[in-house]
Amino acid sequence: MADRLQGQDKETDWSRWMAAAQEGDRAAYERLLKDCLPFLRSIASRYHRTADRREDVVQDILLTLHRVRHTYDPARPFTHWLATIASRRSIDALRRRGRTEKTEIFDDQAYETFSDPEANREMSVRDETPALQAAIATLPDGQREAVELLKLRELSLIEASQQTGKSVSALKVNMHRALKALRAQLKGD
Amino acid sequence: MSPSTEQLIAQIAAGAEPVKRLRPPLLRALFWLIGVAAMGAIVIPFFADFTLFAAKTRDPKFVIELAGTLLTGVAAVIAAFELSVPDRSPAWAWLPLPPLILWLGSSGYNCWRDWITLGDQGWQFGESAACFGTIVGFSLPLGVALIIFLARAKPLAPVPVAALGGLGVAGLAAFFLEFNHPIDASFLDLGWHAAAIGIVIAASSLWGRWRQANWRHE
Repeated sequence: MADRLQGQDKETDWSRWMAAAQEGDRAAYERLLKDCLPFLRSIASRYHRTADRREDVVQDILLTLHRVRHTYDPARPFTHWLATIASRRSIDALRRRGRTEKTEIFDDQAYETFSDPEANREMSVRDETPALQAAIATLPDGQREAVELLKLRELSLIEASQQTGKSVSALKVNMHRALKALRAQLKGD
Repeated sequence: MSPSTEQLIAQIAAGAEPVKRLRPPLLRALFWLIGVAAMGAIVIPFFADFTLFAAKTRDPKFVIELAGTLLTGVAAVIAAFELSVPDRSPAWAWLPLPPLILWLGSSGYNCWRDWITLGDQGWQFGESAACFGTIVGFSLPLGVALIIFLARAKPLAPVPVAALGGLGVAGLAAFFLEFNHPIDASFLDLGWHAAAIGIVIAASSLWGRWRQANWRHE
């Protein structure tokens, strides 16, 4: 009984404050928005579990309420008007999320795969197409060595020179010829 | 309260200018319908064949069809206005259904009757192409005027609002069409009418979808 009376009081207050806000009373508007925040959160949490997402939706509801505040008729219940906006925007947010998830994928290996060079190298070796691997295998020894060191293992020219004992310019020439040969071979396929 | 929500509330409240309260949707719908009636009173005499129309009204089935057309238009427009504001029941969307059944049922029956009476002629093109043009032609300005009115409410679910608005303007356009329409409607005529109404509803719904996709906060 006491709860119902309190609810009725709240409804009357909210309705009065909203009517005042429509006439430009900023203090009443701020009081109203702060006071109805727990109510909005309770509606948003029916559709959104995580606190972050729920808060995003609550903010969206507040902006929507502000945008359509001219549609409130003080002769009608405020809570119903507010609850409809809150549910509607919560559902819209769910739909938006569904659409985003349909076009985007969550890759839990993205960090290791693409940000860490070592992991990247490992993945790219696995991802290489058999055609490219076969083409590299047909290259003369010097050219194949240049591709493996400079492109697959991503060594610098100086590092590759130190490892093989070949000059930097010899490695450059081998790399250039290897790329030309691979390009011609893969184009021909 | 998280600081960002608190800041947002302070920001919203600080920028809150007085707003002009929207009138009740039924009243707005009536204003719009009165405007359309006034436009009809000016435009209809230019193309109407009142002798033909008077002859047709002697047939009670035509009068039922006419009433169904007009009532569908009026009911769909009222439903669109009601649903354009947040706190109205979604059941308003069903308001145009009974007159729509009456309209389609009586049109279908009239076509069937003509098919029996006229034989194969019942399947021939009547004034189909002209009817199609008239319905789409009338619906266009009515639709634009309706969208301007409905957009004032910034509907949260613009697609059903737009689809009902489309049905409303198509119904009213079909009603105007009856003032200069040959009595022997064929199934193909009915098909053309349905196609025209479908196009108007689809075009309005597209506007609704666009509106929904571009729902922006001020």
